[in-house]
Amino acid sequence: MVAPLIDIKDISFQYEQTKALDNISMKVEEGDFLAILGPNGSGKSTLLKIMLGLMKPSKGNIELFGVDAKNFKNREWIGYVSQKSNSFNSGFPATVKEVVAGGLAKKTGLFRRLPKSANEQVAEALESVGMQDFIDRSVSELSGGQQQRIFIARALVSKPKILILDEPTVGVDHQNVQAFYDMLASLNRDKNITLVLVTHDVDTVTDRITHVACLNQTIHFHGFKEQLHTMSDAQREAWYGHSVRKIHHIGGSHA
Amino acid sequence: MIEAILSYEFLQNAFAAGLIIGVIAPLLGVFIVVRRLSLIADALSHVTLAGIAGSLYLSQSVASLALLNPLFLGIAASVAGSVLIERLRSLYKHYEELAIPIILSAGIGFGAIFISLAQGFSNDLFGYLFGSVSAVSREDLYIVAGIAIIVLAFIYFFFKELFVLSFDDEYARASGLPAKWIHFIFMIVTALVIAGSMRIVGILLVSSLMTIPVATAMRVTKSFKQTIVLSIIFGEISVITGLITAFYFNLAPGGTIVVTSIFLLLLVIAYKKIMVSLKKGAIA
Repeated sequence: MVAPLIDIKDISFQYEQTKALDNISMKVEEGDFLAILGPNGSGKSTLLKIMLGLMKPSKGNIELFGVDAKNFKNREWIGYVSQKSNSFNSGFPATVKEVVAGGLAKKTGLFRRLPKSANEQVAEALESVGMQDFIDRSVSELSGGQQQRIFIARALVSKPKILILDEPTVGVDHQNVQAFYDMLASLNRDKNITLVLVTHDVDTVTDRITHVACLNQTIHFHGFKEQLHTMSDAQREAWYGHSVRKIHHIGGSHA
Repeated sequence: MIEAILSYEFLQNAFAAGLIIGVIAPLLGVFIVVRRLSLIADALSHVTLAGIAGSLYLSQSVASLALLNPLFLGIAASVAGSVLIERLRSLYKHYEELAIPIILSAGIGFGAIFISLAQGFSNDLFGYLFGSVSAVSREDLYIVAGIAIIVLAFIYFFFKELFVLSFDDEYARASGLPAKWIHFIFMIVTALVIAGSMRIVGILLVSSLMTIPVATAMRVTKSFKQTIVLSIIFGEISVITGLITAFYFNLAPGGTIVVTSIFLLLLVIAYKKIMVSLKKGAIA
């Protein structure tokens, strides 16, 4: 049996006084397109950061590709696209090519220069996000949506098996959000890249995903999106509070 | 000028050290600027002052240390300062910038105490504060050359990691790069460059040689590598012009170097403005 790409086992996390995650268990299998949904402060980004090893859980453990996360060495198998507005210095003097090539740093290894094939790999990654014509442009000249595509190309250049995205459409204008999710869906479908994303764009993302995880400190639902209607109203209320109507249409007719 | 350089050893030392610093200060400066650490360079230079003043005091009061090169204690203080800044930044996670005024004032505080304890090195001190053409010894030059080798090796071997870390440190950590260690070594190398540059540019102006050429280059470059190359070119123009002016007019080279670099910055800003308005005119 193939091990799940991510196996979260009974994880809890606490920020000083506040409990952020409580006994979370969840598996991400190859080929999933999983959206983690939940209100603000529900622990979505914390869960992603724990998956990525950026934070350590207070309890429980994680296996990545069947290996305990602490001993997992093949980080290049996991691509990460962060919330653009948080971590990116928008005036940074770098070309698209330089930024995307940065995605090869870990794979290449310490003390080594980038391989000769790096140019081809960068071009290929840019092509898969439709940005091949921008290779020599400065990243600071691009729009929010274009920059986010560049960051996906940077994550894709090391040929990851799974892509983890934290609110990837923050800063992307509304018209381009649809096209952005179409591109993610095609990466999942055509290149068999497993996708995990945290988002607020519930309406837009629903048509493209295969799985949903409903999180609010604890997992209220995790499974195929079509099964979401099996959640009772009380469960939905417990998960999303009063703004529950917003997500009622996910998973079909139950409303 | 060339004849003077060939005839006087002190001028050879100053120019050779200046040319080396003109490369390494802006080279490391590019990473410092894009990582928004410019003020840390300032804090470290003030800590270096404490080390230098301490060393000058010790060499006066302890006979066996009379010949101690003050650069060594300056380097030690600067490296210790960089480690302390990191400790303070992790202690005040939500107020990381607090580390800078704390370390900066500690540097000046200790510096002031040592300066008042040891009287009679005002000439030396002036050189350390604003740079000197005549004070660079052969030993200083060797120290600067040694620091340059460390800096160049560090940038060569860790270039791609430093680039990723500078562009997006969260991504660097998530992708499994040893970000913490690279940052730590980076801070130590920064401390070395500051201590090494100080002989020529002076403690009070050393951070400007790491930042102004970079600020100038960033006005006209698109790529990171271009920014590095242009920063070094602007750095070298500033150092050479500054040293020649300082020699002929008997001025502190720190001042002439920094004023030259400011002049270059203004020139580039004006050039950029003219180009933009010409472009607009062509479109209209």
